[in-house]
Amino acid sequence: MNLDVLLFASYADALGAPAVRVTLPADARVADVVLAVRALSSGAALPERPLVAVNHRYARPEQLLKPTDEVALIPPVAGG
Amino acid sequence: MRTAVVDRPIDVSALVAEVAAAHNGALSVFIGTVRNVNDGRAVQAIEYNAYAPMAERELGEIASEAAAQFGTTHIVIEHRTGYVALGQASVAIAVAHARRGPAMDASRWIIEQLKVRVPIWKLEHYVDGTREWTGQAS
Repeated sequence: MNLDVLLFASYADALGAPAVRVTLPADARVADVVLAVRALSSGAALPERPLVAVNHRYARPEQLLKPTDEVALIPPVAGG
Repeated sequence: MRTAVVDRPIDVSALVAEVAAAHNGALSVFIGTVRNVNDGRAVQAIEYNAYAPMAERELGEIASEAAAQFGTTHIVIEHRTGYVALGQASVAIAVAHARRGPAMDASRWIIEQLKVRVPIWKLEHYVDGTREWTGQAS
Protein backbone atom coordinates (compact mmCIF):
# COMPACT_ATOMS: atom_id res chain seq x y z
CA MET A 1 0.00 0.00 0.00
CA ASN A 2 0.99 3.63 -0.48
CA LEU A 3 0.79 5.95 2.48
CA ASP A 4 1.31 9.69 2.62
CA VAL A 5 3.06 10.35 5.91
CA LEU A 6 2.55 13.82 7.39
CA LEU A 7 5.59 15.67 8.72
CA PHE A 8 5.74 18.72 10.96
CA ALA A 9 8.17 21.33 12.26
CA SER A 10 11.79 20.11 12.33
CA TYR A 11 10.87 16.82 10.62
CA ALA A 12 9.25 18.63 7.70
CA ASP A 13 12.30 20.86 7.41
CA ALA A 14 14.65 17.85 7.52
CA LEU A 15 12.90 16.14 4.61
CA GLY A 16 12.01 19.36 2.83
CA ALA A 17 8.29 18.55 2.57
CA PRO A 18 5.13 18.53 4.70
CA ALA A 19 4.40 14.94 3.62
CA VAL A 20 6.21 12.03 2.01
CA ARG A 21 4.85 8.98 0.22
CA VAL A 22 6.06 5.54 1.21
CA THR A 23 5.21 2.12 -0.21
CA LEU A 24 4.66 -0.62 2.35
CA PRO A 25 3.53 -4.25 2.40
CA ALA A 26 -0.16 -4.84 3.13
CA ASP A 27 0.54 -6.03 6.67
CA ALA A 28 2.73 -3.05 7.58
CA ARG A 29 2.92 -1.74 11.11
CA VAL A 30 3.76 1.69 12.50
CA ALA A 31 7.42 0.71 12.95
CA ASP A 32 7.62 -0.07 9.21
CA VAL A 33 6.53 3.46 8.34
CA VAL A 34 9.36 4.87 10.43
CA LEU A 35 11.88 2.58 8.71
CA ALA A 36 10.55 3.58 5.28
CA VAL A 37 10.68 7.31 6.00
CA ARG A 38 14.18 7.07 7.50
CA ALA A 39 15.32 5.26 4.33
CA LEU A 40 14.33 8.27 2.19
CA SER A 41 16.83 10.92 1.19
CA SER A 42 17.58 12.97 4.37
CA GLY A 43 15.35 10.62 6.36
CA ALA A 44 18.22 9.53 8.59
CA ALA A 45 18.05 13.00 10.17
CA LEU A 46 14.95 11.75 12.01
CA PRO A 47 15.31 9.87 15.30
CA GLU A 48 15.14 6.07 15.18
CA ARG A 49 11.96 5.98 17.23
CA PRO A 50 9.92 9.14 16.69
CA LEU A 51 6.40 9.48 18.04
CA VAL A 52 3.84 8.41 15.46
CA ALA A 53 0.17 9.29 15.29
CA VAL A 54 -2.42 7.24 13.43
CA ASN A 55 -5.78 8.92 12.82
CA HIS A 56 -4.90 11.70 15.29
CA ARG A 57 -3.94 9.36 18.15
CA TYR A 58 -0.49 8.38 19.37
CA ALA A 59 0.23 4.86 18.13
CA ARG A 60 2.48 2.04 19.29
CA PRO A 61 5.16 0.63 16.94
CA GLU A 62 3.32 -2.70 16.56
CA GLN A 63 0.00 -1.18 15.49
CA LEU A 64 -1.18 -2.53 12.10
CA LEU A 65 -1.95 -0.01 9.38
CA LYS A 66 -4.68 0.31 6.78
CA PRO A 67 -4.30 2.18 3.48
CA THR A 68 -6.90 4.72 4.66
CA ASP A 69 -5.05 5.60 7.89
CA GLU A 70 -3.76 9.14 8.38
CA VAL A 71 -0.21 8.67 9.62
CA ALA A 72 1.97 11.47 11.02
CA LEU A 73 5.43 11.63 12.55
CA ILE A 74 5.35 13.86 15.63
CA PRO A 75 8.47 15.80 16.65
CA PRO A 76 8.91 16.55 20.37
CA VAL A 77 5.96 18.81 21.12
CA ALA A 78 6.49 22.35 22.39
CA GLY A 79 3.11 23.94 23.00
CA GLY A 80 2.33 26.37 25.74
CA MET B 1 -16.18 22.66 28.24
CA ARG B 2 -14.61 24.01 25.09
CA THR B 3 -11.19 23.69 23.53
CA ALA B 4 -9.80 25.28 20.40
CA VAL B 5 -6.72 25.91 18.33
CA VAL B 6 -7.09 29.48 17.08
CA ASP B 7 -5.19 31.70 14.65
CA ARG B 8 -6.28 35.00 16.17
CA PRO B 9 -5.51 36.73 19.49
CA ILE B 10 -6.96 35.02 22.57
CA ASP B 11 -9.65 37.05 24.33
CA VAL B 12 -9.02 36.06 27.96
CA SER B 13 -12.00 38.01 29.29
CA ALA B 14 -14.27 36.02 26.97
CA LEU B 15 -12.86 32.78 28.38
CA VAL B 16 -13.49 34.00 31.92
CA ALA B 17 -17.07 34.93 31.07
CA GLU B 18 -17.56 31.53 29.49
CA VAL B 19 -16.71 29.52 32.63
CA ALA B 20 -18.17 31.89 35.23
CA ALA B 21 -21.28 30.64 37.04
CA ALA B 22 -23.06 31.66 40.24
CA HIS B 23 -22.25 28.40 42.03
CA ASN B 24 -18.52 28.70 41.30
CA GLY B 25 -16.58 30.35 44.10
CA ALA B 26 -13.25 30.17 42.29
CA LEU B 27 -12.06 30.90 38.80
CA SER B 28 -8.48 30.16 37.86
CA VAL B 29 -6.86 31.49 34.70
CA PHE B 30 -3.50 30.46 33.31
CA ILE B 31 -2.03 32.52 30.48
CA GLY B 32 1.14 31.46 28.72
CA THR B 33 2.88 34.37 27.01
CA VAL B 34 5.78 34.78 24.63
CA ARG B 35 8.86 35.83 26.56
CA ASN B 36 11.76 37.85 25.24
CA VAL B 37 14.56 35.38 25.88
CA ASN B 38 15.10 31.63 25.63
CA ASP B 39 18.35 29.84 26.45
CA GLY B 40 20.10 33.19 26.51
CA ARG B 41 18.95 34.22 23.03
CA ALA B 42 16.88 37.33 22.46
CA VAL B 43 13.48 36.32 21.05
CA GLN B 44 11.46 38.59 18.79
CA ALA B 45 8.36 36.41 18.36
CA ILE B 46 7.25 32.80 18.23
CA GLU B 47 5.50 31.17 15.32
CA TYR B 48 3.28 28.31 16.52
CA ASN B 49 2.58 25.44 14.20
CA ALA B 50 0.00 22.76 15.01
CA TYR B 51 -1.17 19.45 13.65
CA ALA B 52 -4.57 21.03 14.03
CA PRO B 53 -7.02 18.08 13.97
CA MET B 54 -4.89 16.07 16.39
CA ALA B 55 -4.17 19.08 18.60
CA GLU B 56 -7.92 19.76 18.83
CA ARG B 57 -8.60 16.13 19.69
CA GLU B 58 -5.84 16.01 22.33
CA LEU B 59 -7.01 19.27 23.92
CA GLY B 60 -10.53 17.86 24.10
CA GLU B 61 -9.25 14.70 25.79
CA ILE B 62 -7.28 16.74 28.32
CA ALA B 63 -10.36 18.83 29.14
CA SER B 64 -12.48 15.69 29.57
CA GLU B 65 -9.87 14.07 31.80
CA ALA B 66 -9.58 17.25 33.88
CA ALA B 67 -13.36 17.39 34.22
CA ALA B 68 -13.43 13.83 35.56
CA GLN B 69 -10.43 14.29 37.82
CA PHE B 70 -11.26 17.70 39.33
CA GLY B 71 -15.05 17.68 39.24
CA THR B 72 -15.97 20.59 37.01
CA THR B 73 -17.02 20.96 33.40
CA HIS B 74 -16.38 24.71 33.45
CA ILE B 75 -13.17 24.47 31.48
CA VAL B 76 -12.03 26.41 28.40
CA ILE B 77 -8.67 26.01 26.69
CA GLU B 78 -7.44 27.99 23.69
CA HIS B 79 -4.03 27.72 22.01
CA ARG B 80 -2.73 30.07 19.35
CA THR B 81 -1.15 29.18 16.05
CA GLY B 82 0.76 31.48 13.74
CA TYR B 83 2.98 34.42 14.60
CA VAL B 84 2.64 35.53 18.24
CA ALA B 85 4.44 38.70 19.34
CA LEU B 86 6.30 39.24 22.62
CA GLY B 87 3.99 39.42 25.60
CA GLN B 88 0.98 38.09 23.73
CA ALA B 89 -0.87 35.04 24.97
CA SER B 90 0.01 31.79 23.24
CA VAL B 91 -2.27 29.71 25.44
CA ALA B 92 -5.05 30.44 27.92
CA ILE B 93 -6.84 28.09 30.29
CA ALA B 94 -9.85 29.07 32.37
CA VAL B 95 -11.28 26.73 35.00
CA ALA B 96 -14.13 27.52 37.38
CA HIS B 97 -15.10 25.38 40.34
CA ALA B 98 -17.03 25.72 43.57
CA ARG B 99 -13.69 25.71 45.43
CA ARG B 100 -10.29 27.32 44.78
CA GLY B 101 -8.20 24.18 45.33
CA PRO B 102 -9.56 22.11 42.45
CA ALA B 103 -9.82 25.20 40.20
CA MET B 104 -6.10 25.96 40.60
CA ASP B 105 -5.01 22.32 40.55
CA ALA B 106 -6.97 21.68 37.33
CA SER B 107 -5.45 24.69 35.62
CA ARG B 108 -1.91 23.55 36.53
CA TRP B 109 -2.62 19.96 35.51
CA ILE B 110 -4.02 21.04 32.14
CA ILE B 111 -0.99 23.15 31.15
CA GLU B 112 1.42 20.38 32.16
CA GLN B 113 -0.52 17.83 30.10
CA LEU B 114 -0.76 20.21 27.16
CA LYS B 115 3.01 20.65 27.12
CA VAL B 116 3.71 16.94 26.80
CA ARG B 117 0.79 15.73 24.66
CA VAL B 118 -0.56 18.32 22.27
CA PRO B 119 1.13 18.36 18.83
CA ILE B 120 2.10 22.02 18.64
CA TRP B 121 5.57 23.33 17.85
CA LYS B 122 7.31 26.68 18.19
CA LEU B 123 9.55 28.27 15.65
CA GLU B 124 11.40 30.90 17.62
CA HIS B 125 12.33 34.04 15.70
CA TYR B 126 15.36 35.68 17.26
CA VAL B 127 16.27 39.35 17.28
CA ASP B 128 19.44 38.52 15.29
CA GLY B 129 17.29 37.33 12.37
CA THR B 130 17.80 33.59 12.85
CA ARG B 131 15.03 31.14 13.73
CA GLU B 132 14.86 27.67 15.19
CA TRP B 133 12.35 24.99 16.19
CA THR B 134 12.57 24.64 19.93
CA GLY B 135 12.28 21.37 21.79
CA GLN B 136 10.07 20.08 24.54
CA ALA B 137 9.30 21.96 27.75
CA SER B 138 11.13 25.13 26.83
